[in-house]
Amino acid sequence: MQAVIAENIIKTYRTKKTVAGALKGISFTVDKGEIFGIIGPDGAGKTSLFRILTTLLLADSGYASVDGFDVVTDYKQIRNRVGYMPGKFSLYPDLSVQENLEFFATIFDTSIEENYDLIKDIYQQIEPFKTRKAGQLSGGMKQKLALSCALIHKPSVLFLDEPTTGVDAVSRKEFWEMLHRLKLQGITILVSTPYMDEAGLCDRVALIQKGEILSINTPKGVISEFGKPLWAIRANEMFPLMKSIKENKSVESCYPFGQYHHVVFKSQENSKELLEQIAQKGNYTQVDIHSIEPNIEDCFMALMKE
Amino acid sequence: MQKEKVIIAKDLTKRFGNFIAVDKITFCVEKGEIFGFLGANGAGKTTAMRMLCGLSLPTSGSATVAGFDVYKQNELIKKNIGYMSQRFSLYEDLTIRENIQFYGGIYGLTDERIKGKTAFLVKQLHLEGEEKTLVRELPLGWKQKLAFSIAIVHDPAIVFLDEPTGGVDPITRREFWELIYEASERGITIFVTTHYMDEAEYCKRVSVMVDGRIDALDSPSNLMKDYAANSMDEVFLHLARKAVRTGD
Repeated sequence: MQAVIAENIIKTYRTKKTVAGALKGISFTVDKGEIFGIIGPDGAGKTSLFRILTTLLLADSGYASVDGFDVVTDYKQIRNRVGYMPGKFSLYPDLSVQENLEFFATIFDTSIEENYDLIKDIYQQIEPFKTRKAGQLSGGMKQKLALSCALIHKPSVLFLDEPTTGVDAVSRKEFWEMLHRLKLQGITILVSTPYMDEAGLCDRVALIQKGEILSINTPKGVISEFGKPLWAIRANEMFPLMKSIKENKSVESCYPFGQYHHVVFKSQENSKELLEQIAQKGNYTQVDIHSIEPNIEDCFMALMKE
Repeated sequence: MQKEKVIIAKDLTKRFGNFIAVDKITFCVEKGEIFGFLGANGAGKTTAMRMLCGLSLPTSGSATVAGFDVYKQNELIKKNIGYMSQRFSLYEDLTIRENIQFYGGIYGLTDERIKGKTAFLVKQLHLEGEEKTLVRELPLGWKQKLAFSIAIVHDPAIVFLDEPTGGVDPITRREFWELIYEASERGITIFVTTHYMDEAEYCKRVSVMVDGRIDALDSPSNLMKDYAANSMDEVFLHLARKAVRTGD
């Protein structure tokens, strides 16, 4: 049995003047014990999708199930079985750390002691502050408390909506290490993120943009779908270099990536020679050109343009 | 030849009671430079930036921004800088044209100059025909590009960007950086914070704050050499892991 099934989910939002399609026919399945990433920018539909799967929002049409239960008819069973950490901090700011955790344990008819094993690893990091009000915690500590509260009833499926947005690189890394330890306990994890580099930490990912799925695959699979040779080029004059490359008619795309530009040509022949010519013509200095493997962001941008 | 310095900070410090949020930071930023201001959450970036923008008085140390003193001339600093963050940007219930007029007016631009700027921005951002669209109806990426262009509508000496590209799709994120490069070529100094480490590599120089101090300051390529790292991400992890302080 699959932990999550989504079939042709459609959701639109209407205002007086406009009709905005938030989800335009989303289908995917998540296996038990899998870390499944929903990767896409703001406005892609990630939060709408999570709300539908956690029974907080009704889709216009389509079918979805979580842990074998229908999101429309069996919503009560689902609410007992899932943990949900919304993108916006939603615990009680005027309750202490411990009070928040006790509250969530109590409404799910359990106790902190009963499932302490599951949260120990995460909760220990904030336990020294257990009498502090949740509203007065730092961003990183709020995130750990929210995760502890989402886990306290031992859910079978965990939904994390952008848990790492606005979090610095070190805390992001630690957070993903926590997720991998939870996976070992058999919990299925659906996690959304706008950070493309986090895709590699998931078992499988769905790349999503403007309510549509661009690709579903393992991170390696997404990369192997790229299909065209990719070149990295740098020089001392990066901005003029990009202009020269973009002016060339044989160039399909050129995007800056840190200290290099990534370039794809329309046809694969002589592409390195073409880049060398561009660099020579513009008198660019300290030029370096080499072929590279695409990363998830290269793939995402190529798929966005299709 | 010595380049003109737009920011000069010396031993700049901010205390809140016993807590030293910013601990004697010393650095300079040159005219037209793209300067990346990095640090983990809680390292003191926002406090430092507020002092440089004239919004918060330092406890000790000295700094000038665009030639003005942060203690005595903070009103002049505010007039000569631009500021943009992910949270505070434009008025959602005003149109594109009205937002440009409003900010142009606030910064004391003449009607004629506002008119010229409006035409220029609309063309640069490919927003022809959308002048009367409410900002609320624009996609996030467009809003951020427009917000940046409006933050420099008065051609300030320097613009402060606080995580300008969070959550923006990867293509728009890169278009945003093209605008930054263009502004820098026109001589506007860029002071930017970001959590995207590839963006740190677009900067001419970056500083990394750890526990209120600046622990590293150099060009991205030199920092990568110094820390034997393949990317700024590795450099950042190496430095930020030493932090004792956590949180925002």
